[in-house]
Amino acid sequence: MDAALQATAPTALLEASGARAVLDKLDAELVGLAPVKGRIRDIAALLLIDKLRAEQGLQSTPPSLHMCFTGNPGTGKTTVALRMAEVLKQLGYVRKGHLVAVTRDDLVGQFIGHTAPKTKEVLKKAMGGVLFIDEAYYLYRPENERDYGQEAIEILLQVMENHRDDLVVILAGYKDRMDTFFASNPGMASRIAHHIDFPDYSQDELMQITQLMLGQLNYRFDGAAEPAFARYVALRRQQPHFANARSIRNALDRIRLRHATRLFGSTEPLSRDQLTTLQAEDILASRVFGTGSATTQKETS
Amino acid sequence: MRITQGTFSFLPDLTDAQITKQIDYCLAQGWAIGLEYTDDPHPRNTFWEMFGNPMFDIHDAAGVMLELHSCRKTFPNHYIRLTAFDSTHGTESVVMSFIVNRPEDEPGFRLVRSEEGGRTMRYSIESYAVQRAAEGARY
Repeated sequence: MDAALQATAPTALLEASGARAVLDKLDAELVGLAPVKGRIRDIAALLLIDKLRAEQGLQSTPPSLHMCFTGNPGTGKTTVALRMAEVLKQLGYVRKGHLVAVTRDDLVGQFIGHTAPKTKEVLKKAMGGVLFIDEAYYLYRPENERDYGQEAIEILLQVMENHRDDLVVILAGYKDRMDTFFASNPGMASRIAHHIDFPDYSQDELMQITQLMLGQLNYRFDGAAEPAFARYVALRRQQPHFANARSIRNALDRIRLRHATRLFGSTEPLSRDQLTTLQAEDILASRVFGTGSATTQKETS
Repeated sequence: MRITQGTFSFLPDLTDAQITKQIDYCLAQGWAIGLEYTDDPHPRNTFWEMFGNPMFDIHDAAGVMLELHSCRKTFPNHYIRLTAFDSTHGTESVVMSFIVNRPEDEPGFRLVRSEEGGRTMRYSIESYAVQRAAEGARY
């Protein structure tokens, strides 16, 4: 009796489902994003408790898990969507757990009668997994009343309602534009239960992300490079078109270029240490340091 | 007369749940599923009309069922079969096919005898459905 009780304790169930491993991985690999992680935990908890309720013969309708991710560029919306597919798979909510990422072009056709088959094609592929629609607000173009986007939205709505246990739809986009999108498509807003806002990263979180990225790429900063990069991040954040983690990745790519050029001139054989260490001079060569005022360029190098 | 053709043809018609399981099996083998329909049930009529393209990158049976439902809606009184295509080099052909929809009423076939020179007799079969109406108006 005790053993049976043990087996159905929520913590044991969480271990057994393998969702714990995914959640831990989420914690380890995603810096910050506290509200997002909190919500994913809530969803995991609900799905597990629902399973227990079902075992007791209690009413357990699968919850609607369509989601909307809002946030500035580079805050990890796509990454989290990918993880979400994994989590939902582990919890047994979706059957296959693959992610189909699409934008307006994949859903909306070019001429009359082209949209419906195109949208249905995408939906068929996404069945059993997660459909991620990036920049979903482009689906609705109020300035053109004959726009085919509306048709795609209607088909989406229908499938979101009727095939709730076959697929999960995640919409993503910038906050203000998603709000206008929902305001003009109330049907869509009411079918999405979870609105998750992705906050911008702080300076510390960006530095942690940098370390994670460097680790994955087998690079490291030397003593002087780290503060130099911290200064770089602080300056870069002030500039327009700052795209959080994406800007960091781009900056690292450019630093790698400079690092490679520096080593390329060397006449001696290179040690492993030299190949992996990024120095302060690689970072300080960036234009962000030089032009304090001229900040209008996109993604300054 | 009930037409038997393809896999499972001597079993009662599969239910949707059973079809879903078969599709799951096909997808697990990496086969591409296609839907075909016809209103000419002659056994030598091997090339049926395709309903949409073969579904290559589909991961879950629900996607195929969606298409099957819309095919049934369009052709409620036709024969519909589901084919699984194995694209492995060396195979590259349909490896499984079964009927998933059939007309309410299947009138069957007439045996046609034609006399040839000498005392030769040739036999063929002809579907009553094909005989009585043009293509598209048979069932």
